[in-house]
Amino acid sequence: MNAIAPLPSEAGTAWPIVRFAGVRKSYDGENLIVKDLDLDIVRGEFLTLLGPSGSGKTTTLMMLAGFEIPTEGTILLGGRNITNLPPHRRGIGVVFQNYALFPHMTIGQNIAYPLRIRGVTATETERRVEEALTMVKLGAFAERRPAQLSGGQQQRAALARALVFRPELVLLDEPLGALDKQLREQMQYELKQLHEELKVTMVYVTHDQTEALTMSDRIAVFNDGRIQQLATPADLYENPLNAFVAEFVGENNRLVGDVVDTGLSAVSIRLADGTVVRGKAVDELRKGDRAVLSLRPERVSLDPTDSFANVLSAPVEKVIYLGDATRLILRVGGSEEFSVKIPNPDDRATMMRGDAIRIGWRDTDCRAFRLANS
Amino acid sequence: MQASLEMMGETEIPKMGLRTLVRRAERRHFMTMLALMAPSVIFVALLFVIPILLFLFRSVDNAEIPTLLPKTAVALDTWRDGEIPGEPVFAALASDLHALKGSPDAALLGRRLNFAVPGYRRLITRTVTSLPGTQMASAKETLAAIDKSWLDPVYWRTLKSQSGRITDFYLLSALDLQRGAGGIEKVSGEQAIFMSLYGRTLYTAFGVTALCLLIGYPVAAVMAAARPAVANWLLSLVLIPFWTSLLVRTTAWVVLLQTEGLVNKVLLQLGVISEPLKLMFNTAGVFIAMVHVLLPYMILPVYSVMKGISPVHLRAAASLGANPATVFRTVYLPLTIPGVAAGCTLVFVLSLGFYVTPALVGGPGDQMIGYFIAYFTNSAVNWGLASALGVFLLLLIGVIYLALGKLVGFDKLKVR
Repeated sequence: MNAIAPLPSEAGTAWPIVRFAGVRKSYDGENLIVKDLDLDIVRGEFLTLLGPSGSGKTTTLMMLAGFEIPTEGTILLGGRNITNLPPHRRGIGVVFQNYALFPHMTIGQNIAYPLRIRGVTATETERRVEEALTMVKLGAFAERRPAQLSGGQQQRAALARALVFRPELVLLDEPLGALDKQLREQMQYELKQLHEELKVTMVYVTHDQTEALTMSDRIAVFNDGRIQQLATPADLYENPLNAFVAEFVGENNRLVGDVVDTGLSAVSIRLADGTVVRGKAVDELRKGDRAVLSLRPERVSLDPTDSFANVLSAPVEKVIYLGDATRLILRVGGSEEFSVKIPNPDDRATMMRGDAIRIGWRDTDCRAFRLANS
Repeated sequence: MQASLEMMGETEIPKMGLRTLVRRAERRHFMTMLALMAPSVIFVALLFVIPILLFLFRSVDNAEIPTLLPKTAVALDTWRDGEIPGEPVFAALASDLHALKGSPDAALLGRRLNFAVPGYRRLITRTVTSLPGTQMASAKETLAAIDKSWLDPVYWRTLKSQSGRITDFYLLSALDLQRGAGGIEKVSGEQAIFMSLYGRTLYTAFGVTALCLLIGYPVAAVMAAARPAVANWLLSLVLIPFWTSLLVRTTAWVVLLQTEGLVNKVLLQLGVISEPLKLMFNTAGVFIAMVHVLLPYMILPVYSVMKGISPVHLRAAASLGANPATVFRTVYLPLTIPGVAAGCTLVFVLSLGFYVTPALVGGPGDQMIGYFIAYFTNSAVNWGLASALGVFLLLLIGVIYLALGKLVGFDKLKVR
């Protein structure tokens, strides 16, 4: 199930900067938090580890940083085995969720810390600290204490501190989790900008799929201790490999039914209320299997033409105004939460609860997976 | 906006200003607060602050001589030191002493003067009892006949210097100083006990504080890093001594430390020592017992600060390239300084005033200020000197607190 997507072409021949080989991690000796992890991280890429809490993504990051030791398997950094190397000898920059700036030092001293540890000369330290402060737009804050800075400023300072000693690899553990939405979006942009300028490899952990989609070169979706899919954002969104990825990344309608017919490119599935719909089979499905269909709300059309494989009539349950769009909640095939998203302004936004409307979608936009434990 | 303001101006805003309203609301709040605080404030003031102030005043109070020898005090005004006073002064003294005949005040006066010059009590008692009731021809000759000491200027000097309402006698005594013929001078060798007492008190307090820090810091660090269940167990182990009375704990040390005590027996049986160690009635005993008693006061503030240090800071330092020793030196230790400062202040100040423990397990040469205050209050009934020692103990604590506050910042001395 560990589908490894092809590496980005320009770095395809280079030795990966990090390789996880058969890594497993258990805290209690009974349950594996990380199960058989094989992962190559390409030099210079922005890789996001995405998943719900407890999926193993943070443990994976902590093993890479050296704060956790794998129970089994090896981790290579630049071809060197670092599985048991203590964190201070790895030379990896880490940015933590709660900034972790030293409260007894000024921002300037915080950023100078890794240089001081490495015995960099005073003049060189001063120059590089200033450079790092300018880079994160904190030029005037060198003398302040962390507590005197806002959350966003603190996270910038933490970023500068993780970058100032020029590590090849920077790990970010939900660095924007504590910030409000607007600031988070701005920081996402700045972080991406820095990544492109510095060409440093970044591994980013988040549970926010929007963040993952907007920032990453590649995303590894974690669930239940395994990578469910490793792909580019577009690939992940358009071609989820399983029901979990389909549901975790982006919005999704879920319809459950029995396979009644299989064809070359499509399967027919009878839903709970008897409606038969057609979709593209991702897993191998046979007649009589239980299957789950996954369909993005924005792929449902209110003007279905004859070319649509699925056209049906559905009663409106709810109309929700979203500002830039309107969401219609419909009753379709036994599901009472079938969601359709239409952009505003749209005349059809005047629809009322109880109206029956015609909807349709292409079979290629509707992906059929085998229902787990069937 | 404008319209609504105008409307409010006509109908809503009352005649008096907003400021008055706010002030009135605040005053009400303040009065409630005051009423709630009143019982505790009155209790503390009546039973604690005022008695202490009164007692401290005793270090300069000199009621006995001016009230018991009023005429002598006036007559001595014109007397110059170094000579034997004239007849009027003797007459005044004879008259004052005569008035004390049969009164317990004579003993009081004698005791008071004896603090300054040993032997004065005997002189007063003998003079009062031997004074003839009738008018004498020459008071000078009569008194000299009763006791030749009256011809010695030392006794008159004492009388004159102690005749004011306020005296510096006790404060000077507590600093091993006295007023002699040539002004303030040091008292002779064997009487000078107080300066070395302060030295010993400071030395013991510093030593106990340092030992508490040395022993307590790692314990607090382990507790702060332990899992909650383990930390709770350790915490109750630290707190158990807190629930036992100080006297009981100190007596327990007496049992353990004596020559035939448990510690010596175990060490002898283990073959570590060949003859019993002397662990009691000496400095070692005082240190052992005091460190034990005061250890929780060090561990608790240090632990509470350590618990507040996020482990992420230590991880961050490690990720930035610091090895464990450097992480400790550059991050952990500086972040624990507030706890260390608070713990040290607490232990130091408490040990400055320690009394019971040194009194029970220490030798005669290990007694601290508290012991002497108790001695002068209970046994010697020299409240003036006891109170002067109290003043210097308070000053000592104040100076050290100020110095520490300047050094590490007052906000860090708070016990959290």
